[in-house]
Amino acid sequence: MSMPFYVAPEQQMKDRADYARKGIARGRSVVVLQYDDGILFVADNPSRALHKISEIYDRIAFAAVGKYNEFEQLRLAGVRYADVNGYMYDRSDVTARGLANAYAQSLGAIFTEQTKPYEVELVVAEVGDDASSDQIYRLTFDGSVADEHGFVAMGGAADAVATALKEGYRDGESLAEALRVAVHALQQQDADRVLEAEKLEVAVLDRNRDRRLFRRLTPTRIDELLARSADGSAEASTEE
Amino acid sequence: MASMPMGGGLPGVFMNSGPSSFADFLGAYRPELLPGNRVAQGSAEHLNIPHATTIVAVTFPGGVIMAGDRRATAGNVIAQRDIEKVFPADEYSAVAIAGTAGIGLEMTRLFQVELEHYEKMEGRLLSLEGKANRLATLIRGNLGMAMQGLVVVPLFAGYDLEKGVGRIFSYDAAGGRYEEHDFHSIGSGSVFARGSLKKLWRPDLSEADARIVCVQALYDAADDDSATGGPDLTRGIFPVLASITDDGFRRVPDEEVGDVARAVVEARYSSPGGPNAPLR
Repeated sequence: MSMPFYVAPEQQMKDRADYARKGIARGRSVVVLQYDDGILFVADNPSRALHKISEIYDRIAFAAVGKYNEFEQLRLAGVRYADVNGYMYDRSDVTARGLANAYAQSLGAIFTEQTKPYEVELVVAEVGDDASSDQIYRLTFDGSVADEHGFVAMGGAADAVATALKEGYRDGESLAEALRVAVHALQQQDADRVLEAEKLEVAVLDRNRDRRLFRRLTPTRIDELLARSADGSAEASTEE
Repeated sequence: MASMPMGGGLPGVFMNSGPSSFADFLGAYRPELLPGNRVAQGSAEHLNIPHATTIVAVTFPGGVIMAGDRRATAGNVIAQRDIEKVFPADEYSAVAIAGTAGIGLEMTRLFQVELEHYEKMEGRLLSLEGKANRLATLIRGNLGMAMQGLVVVPLFAGYDLEKGVGRIFSYDAAGGRYEEHDFHSIGSGSVFARGSLKKLWRPDLSEADARIVCVQALYDAADDDSATGGPDLTRGIFPVLASITDDGFRRVPDEEVGDVARAVVEARYSSPGGPNAPLR
């Protein structure tokens, strides 16, 4: 019987983290940002069937990048977590904080205990009554959680996308303007990337709706919003 | 693993590629939370648990109206005079309960989560038939309780997005599912309501007329059944009416139902038996 080679724990963790980062870097990016009436999710995702953005509960949504089967498993677990809690207690007792904690524990355990870490990065967001009570949690493959404000970029070229968001993002923008900033940021993934409505997956948590606040935007609606913000910025630039 | 995942990560059963049914998942994770899984001894008849009474549903071209009176009775006592028994099941359907109120309300809550859970897990709405079948399964799970006297029988109505019509499904305590045509009623006053519906229903009812038919039928049920409550003009408590059309579920505002109810009561001063159907 052969003995396995000794690998230092530091090296083991580093190898796993590198492996996960490489997997995530292969995929396309997703951005999440606040606007005046809620939280906007935009994914560079041409598929109409395989979603990167999904509804979890009344005020909570989920966005992910990385390996589809892995984040889909986490999404299903999140829907079960939310529905079980809401059924046992009350709908108002289901929170993004609780879900983010549960995901963090699970991802942390998978990262240290299993042979291969999950190659995923997640956002769990909950829309509040106003922008200051919105919550955006970003979770990475090793189970770390970050409490984000304003905007988040994750996926393949997250750094380039985040830089563009940082330049373009303003607090309290309209939906059309926030969408324009998000699409512009996602186009920075490659030098010549142009994203039309059909190549985007867009959804919102709109605090002005009733009960279930999650809504997907159709390509027609996306085009309409992008045209409106293009008009708006054209007007603004002629005024200058 | 019976503890909640709060702080402890998601239990393994949450991560399994299991069913898209919430009731099935709960049955595997916390079976004691399902209404039918509690073991009771003997009969519950003597407990005088509140009962929900009469429900009617009426189709019209373009949708269906469901309505329920507001009374719950425990023996000879009125347990509650403003109970609600008609609920949205999801965006395009409604469920209403007759029988043991507590179990009916719990089953309604479970059914609502069941439909929403499927929609989120699968990314699509169940067909109307699919929803009706799921409700039958939930009722079947309650058979043990029904044998001990805790019977609950819902009425389910919805807008069929594929066929573009309103449809009604009734159930028995064993989970039998029956599609009803045109109109239906359940509960203690249902016999009297059915007679009324039979004389008043026409295939070309407008939505406004279908509302009047529902209120008339509930009035007739309350007229002859002590467990059914009529419109309470002094307190301003009126039947709950829900309309389900291609715009989805909409609860008719109390003021609108109040206007219909007051007109119906007013007309009964001159004709206590209600509108006359033509003899030939």
